[in-house]
Amino acid sequence: MFYHIGRYTTMLSYLFAKPERVSTYWKRLIDEIIQLGVKSLFMVVLMSAFMGAVLVIQTASAIESAWIPDYTVGFTVKQTLILEFCPTIISLILAGKVGSNIASELGTMRVTEQIDALEVMGVNSIGFLIGPKILGSLFIFPILIMYSMFFGFVGGWALCYLTEIIPIEQYLLGIQSFSYENYEYLRYALIKTVFFAFIITSVSSYFGYYTSGGALEVGKSSTKAVVYSSILILMINVLLTQLLLD
Amino acid sequence: MIEIKNISKSFSGVQVLDDVSFTFQKGKTNLIIGKSGSGKSVLTKCIVGLLEPDEGEIIYDGRSFRGINNKERKEIRKELGMLFQGGALFDSLSVEENVAFPLKMFSNSSKEEILERTNFCLNRVNIINKNNLFPAEISGGMQKRVAIARAIAMNPKYLFCDEPNSGLDPVTAIVIDELIKEITEEYQMTTVVITHDMNSVLEIGDNIMFIYEGMNKWVGDRNTILNTDVKELNNFVYVSKFLRQFKEML
Ligand SMILES: Nc1ncnc2c1ncn2[C@@H]1O[C@H](COP(=O)(O)OP(=O)(O)O)[C@@H](O)[C@H]1O
Ligand SMILES: [Mg+2]
Repeated sequence: MFYHIGRYTTMLSYLFAKPERVSTYWKRLIDEIIQLGVKSLFMVVLMSAFMGAVLVIQTASAIESAWIPDYTVGFTVKQTLILEFCPTIISLILAGKVGSNIASELGTMRVTEQIDALEVMGVNSIGFLIGPKILGSLFIFPILIMYSMFFGFVGGWALCYLTEIIPIEQYLLGIQSFSYENYEYLRYALIKTVFFAFIITSVSSYFGYYTSGGALEVGKSSTKAVVYSSILILMINVLLTQLLLD
Repeated sequence: MIEIKNISKSFSGVQVLDDVSFTFQKGKTNLIIGKSGSGKSVLTKCIVGLLEPDEGEIIYDGRSFRGINNKERKEIRKELGMLFQGGALFDSLSVEENVAFPLKMFSNSSKEEILERTNFCLNRVNIINKNNLFPAEISGGMQKRVAIARAIAMNPKYLFCDEPNSGLDPVTAIVIDELIKEITEEYQMTTVVITHDMNSVLEIGDNIMFIYEGMNKWVGDRNTILNTDVKELNNFVYVSKFLRQFKEML
């Protein structure tokens, strides 16, 4: 345990070394943003839309009462999406997709000696391989989460349109209500996302980079990456929610 | 010339290298031979700095490689090329980008100069019109040759090859061996080749060190290796019954 924390910290310290070539680093960063972010967009959009729809159904059936106005459904769906569903659940899903992807990529590079090849050339392999992943995710994950929120609303809207479970105007009224607090909540969600992005990419990179052995170990590293980053996300989530919402 | 003196290395109590000393000569193919698991790769990784030996000295043409800072190490590493056991080409880069990689990272050449040098190196190892293919799309022998091209791209003074012909058919293996020997003589590099293949030993062994259970047991060349009285080496050289009978006839 302490061994892992020590080695993880050492790894992070290498990230701050000056890149050998700024132009190459820049190109790596763009590649990673596409790899980690743009290629997850479709999945995030699809899942968010379905979740938005389900939230509308559940909320509507939970507060079916003549005393509560219909726009409450829109309001509750919005709060749920912004506060918890988009930042946390989507981050967990990204931990599965992106985390296993990163760990298996770096693990394969380790066991096929590609990382050694970089080191022998004199390239700082941690800075070169992992740096752009972390930076790229800090930049692109919040954007993904905003897409997720938007398409969550769209999913709910589509459901109202198709089923008339509550009138669309009421849904939209709920979504648009209390606009000042919206900014606060959005800020809170995005701060959480930045922390989660860092956890996912750094923890997965750690397990991938320090793989030893063969193809079997690459698979194990990738499992560990997903498990540990998911657990850490949920733990940090409690902490951040306490700190930020108080 | 690379001198190594009294190199020892152990992993969690298990001694893998025990007081190994040797001198690798310039313009020659220097061989490290021995059974699998005898410590050849660990020794090579210690020499290039991928592993830190517990004890000993490594001297590149009079420049000590140990006890120097990272920046000084980088300077020596720029003069060093390495061919890994599996080739270790970067999967995500094409053949051309693989060879151009060290040039892009470390040289100040223009795009045209880099392309020219890349093509020159690829031609040198007889890889023609494969620039845009990816490592997964070419054969094992070609991957090794591309890896050699990448290793010599920066005009290294020192070339390390870890089992350059493992996993190749005998004909391709000899082609790779000869290529390494030619390049070594052409550019007067200090080349270190790890092998457990007797064909290579007899073909290209200018200066040979035999390592057995982490110890340097014998030093010689391809002419003296067949008549030695070191028991472990004889067991290594004359593995098959056929070869033992052959020896008795000598
Ligand atoms: N990183 C390591 N950690 C622990 N043991 C190692 C490590 N690398 C190699 N060894 C052990 O050192 C011995 C020599 O390995 P190696 O140098 O790879 O042999 P070879 O001569 O076949 O190249 C083996 O017994 C191997 O298990
Ligand atoms: Mg080996």
